[in-house]
Amino acid sequence: MLPTSPILNRRRLLTGTAALGAAATLGLPRMARAQGGLTVGFIYVGPRDDFGYNQAHAEGAAAVKAMAGVTVVEEENVAETVDVVQSMESMINLDGATLLFPTSFGYFNPHVLELAPKYPDVRFQHAAGLWTEGMPTNIGSYFGYIGMGQYLNGIVAGHMSQTKKIGFVAAKPIPQVLLNINSFLLGARAVDPSITCQVIFTGEWSLAVKEAEATNALADAGCDVITCHVDGPKVVMETAAGRGAFICGYHADQTSLAPDKYLTGAEWNWAGVYTGMVQTVLDGGTIGNFVRGGLADGFIKMSPLGSAVSDAARAQFEATKAEIMAGGFAALKGPLATNTGTPILGAGEALVETDIALESMDYLVEGVIGSTS
Amino acid sequence: MEDQALIGPAGGALLPVLARRAEPVVIPLLALLVGFAAFSLFLLTQGKSPVQFFQLVWTGGFGSAFSWQNTLSRAAPLLFAALCVALPARLGLVVIGGEGAIVLGGVAAGALGVALIGAPAVVALPVMATGAMLVGAVWIGLAGGLRHYRGVNETISSLLLAYIAIALMNHLVEGPLRDPTSLNKPSTATLPPELRVGTIPGFEVHWGLAVGVVCCVLAWVLIDRTTWGFAARIAGGNVRAAQVQGLPVGRLILGFCALAGAFAGLAGMFEVTAVLGSANGSLVAGYGYTGILIAFLARHNPLVIIPVAILLAGFQASSGLIQRRMDLPDATVLVLQGFVFIAILMSEALYGRLKPFVPEKWSR
Repeated sequence: MLPTSPILNRRRLLTGTAALGAAATLGLPRMARAQGGLTVGFIYVGPRDDFGYNQAHAEGAAAVKAMAGVTVVEEENVAETVDVVQSMESMINLDGATLLFPTSFGYFNPHVLELAPKYPDVRFQHAAGLWTEGMPTNIGSYFGYIGMGQYLNGIVAGHMSQTKKIGFVAAKPIPQVLLNINSFLLGARAVDPSITCQVIFTGEWSLAVKEAEATNALADAGCDVITCHVDGPKVVMETAAGRGAFICGYHADQTSLAPDKYLTGAEWNWAGVYTGMVQTVLDGGTIGNFVRGGLADGFIKMSPLGSAVSDAARAQFEATKAEIMAGGFAALKGPLATNTGTPILGAGEALVETDIALESMDYLVEGVIGSTS
Repeated sequence: MEDQALIGPAGGALLPVLARRAEPVVIPLLALLVGFAAFSLFLLTQGKSPVQFFQLVWTGGFGSAFSWQNTLSRAAPLLFAALCVALPARLGLVVIGGEGAIVLGGVAAGALGVALIGAPAVVALPVMATGAMLVGAVWIGLAGGLRHYRGVNETISSLLLAYIAIALMNHLVEGPLRDPTSLNKPSTATLPPELRVGTIPGFEVHWGLAVGVVCCVLAWVLIDRTTWGFAARIAGGNVRAAQVQGLPVGRLILGFCALAGAFAGLAGMFEVTAVLGSANGSLVAGYGYTGILIAFLARHNPLVIIPVAILLAGFQASSGLIQRRMDLPDATVLVLQGFVFIAILMSEALYGRLKPFVPEKWSR
């Protein structure tokens, strides 16, 4: 696909020259920011059009932008170094932001934790962090039970797989990712207990070449439904579809990348979450310091089912979705062991979606082909 | 050039001396302006105002106490990274893998810090710094050794070594050195507050900046005021001539590469102790690559590295403001840096060719 890069064009040149003239006559263009209203800052670790993690947050920011009395400022590609500290301080000092959404996990410790005491009047809403008692109270951490979305992906994958082998391209073997892999397989096994899921870790959150290699390797191994957990799923989706496999999306809606092959996807619904949080602040209320939510709370949503999805898959998908919406759903039910044979849950035991133990998961369940180290 | 011109007019006159001195200052400044002008044209094609752009660069990078704090905290690692390029460059070596030494220096500092928890900071911090410098020295020294003993191109080998360094860092912080409580971002254990390097009193900038400036001055003394530096410059000018003179070219290469790596390792140590609090993937921040640009802009003069690093840090500090106010992508500042880099490289061809700076040509 050719990039739609704007080249020299008379109108652009003219508007630019006009802008230059205007700026020159008016002097320093004073940006009337934060005049009375609330200024909200969003910071992304990658590009905001990555078809993935950052795009999901940027879509949330776009919804906030549409609210009355709110100014949104955004920065993308901000590293988890002194960069993010400076970006946050710059938004506070130069833009007058009083509500910040630093959206990458790695911003939390030490950057947000160390900056928050310096600006007690600013609210730091951090995605994916684990706020605990004793941390500054102007920090809030929030996240969603998106593992349930991968479980639903797995159900559709279980119906659509002919080879009974499904694949997962993963970034790093950390709890959030492991929970998604395990949920994807357990969803598929709810359809057919003989299904296995092969996982390949790329080692990085965004590494297009390895993501493509991993996807091709999964296709070579016979996996015919593939999903992923990397920052930008675009490469995995396009490569898998190009190899003829079905795809399940993640983070954001990737239907447009391969409409024939896209089954469904586990998406963040930050638009609802962010507008809700901003409204709370506008109304003078307080947001909880530790907020989690799932499908029923509108934190996550599923992409519309693709045209290839069979009726049987559709029926079980809808039924399970209704169960999850009712609350208290457990993807991990005993008896269950890890893929190295260590027992996790005995018969009758279960880990429901809200269980905090899931946020420190360090194993792959039986049926997943792959290793955490 | 004619023989007469080589001999030149009487050397004592003030004006010709000034003209020669002005050349290395004026030409880079001109190149900088040409780069800015070319970038302004580029902005005009995008329908954006260059005036607003440069005003925002000023506001975001240099216009207030806060902007200076922002700029200087970004400059600290760049000083070390640029030294890692500039020192070998005086020997004619193009080392571009400083990133690897920074990353491994950071891991060494993080690991030593964890091992030294409980020890007084006056002991622990120097040990961490020394460890980081040693690891960095070995890493870039490897590239120098491959060059000297095996004839391997140091540009390629140092770049490849940087990839190996990053893979090694990932292995260590996700494996043997991982703090089990670092769940979603594998890291070494967090350093206790007494092992964290604080800020310079009166500034909100960590000590890495001051140490970086001192290192730049020391590097300048080494290159311009010692026989070692003189020997290195001879070898950089003409290896054959240096060898014929009996200069220890091999030892110079190894020594300068190791020293360059040691400086980069120190950058990693300050990242861990002053910014990150533990060694993890955030060490891979691209400072090593920005350092290449700075060293070339400074023409490998360690003293000039200081203002150039601050200038580039100021560009980066203003990048966020430019994104927010002008709705331009974050790559905009990279495009600006690219224009400036190309202008400076092209300006290299102007030395000795501009009449006002070459007194020998005045009479003609």
